[in-house]
Amino acid sequence: MSDTDTVEPVRSIRAPARLEYRFTAGAAQSRFLRHLVEGKILAQRCPQCGKVYVSPRGACAADGVATREEVEVADRGTVTTFCVVNVKFAQQVLTIPYVSATILLDGADIGLMHLIQEVEADQVHMGMRVEAVWSPPEERGPTLESIRYFRPTGEPDAAYESYREYV
Amino acid sequence: MADTDVLVAPNILEYPYTRTVGPVLGRFMTGLRDGRIEGIRASDGRVLVPPAEYDPVTSESLDQFVEVGQAGVVTTWAWVTEPRPPHPLERPFAWALIRLDGADTALLHVVDAGDESKMATRMRVRVRWRDHRVGEIQDIACFVPEEGQ
Repeated sequence: MSDTDTVEPVRSIRAPARLEYRFTAGAAQSRFLRHLVEGKILAQRCPQCGKVYVSPRGACAADGVATREEVEVADRGTVTTFCVVNVKFAQQVLTIPYVSATILLDGADIGLMHLIQEVEADQVHMGMRVEAVWSPPEERGPTLESIRYFRPTGEPDAAYESYREYV
Repeated sequence: MADTDVLVAPNILEYPYTRTVGPVLGRFMTGLRDGRIEGIRASDGRVLVPPAEYDPVTSESLDQFVEVGQAGVVTTWAWVTEPRPPHPLERPFAWALIRLDGADTALLHVVDAGDESKMATRMRVRVRWRDHRVGEIQDIACFVPEEGQ
């Protein structure tokens, strides 16, 4: 009983791959995520090399020691590298082109990935100074989406020497 | 929730692939859509179901399609006591290799037997078609034990 005897032969099939995980953030990242609700960005400092990690993972990947010292870093920083997204894909939320960037927050020693908005995609560049645009407090949750995006501060660009170790 | 509790969240990765099937599997899928099961004849005369694109012995391209029966014999099986969400049935069922009448190889599919005690190697089963068919292996909803067994 087919209603399709006269239509074209089958040329393709749907073959979706779906992987359902349960992600456990761990102690350090859980504290980082909860501080986002308060508009704070929490990092951890390595007791040996002194590097400040955000988001914190509870240990220094280079030295292999626990990072118990917590420090707050700024919600502004410098674009070290970026990607202009021009390709459509399924479940895309943003309108292309948009910019995803690695941002070295002031006081941190590792970049944080986030969106750059309120500027044309072709104006984003390395060294650009940007600041977080937070969601209203009542809309925040323990997620990086509590920061809606970063936008240019209008400050002069950071000197390349100030972030060359992080590119 | 205490401030020291560890946060947990679902993380679902999904790749919505569409796969082109080519002329041989395309014809097999088209047959399923139309309620037919077609195999392909190999150089040694065997009928392969599902059809292979190339001869398993000579590696030559194959194109001689043969319609086979809609019932056959279970050659081996494994009972699933607790089906998981991606499984084709929500109740316990068997994964089975089924050699259809007229075929020389077995097709992997599902037998809805109700209970493990109803399953046996060499039992006969028959296709149960899905009501609305689109041209994919799930157009066969499952196989069921032939009546009178």
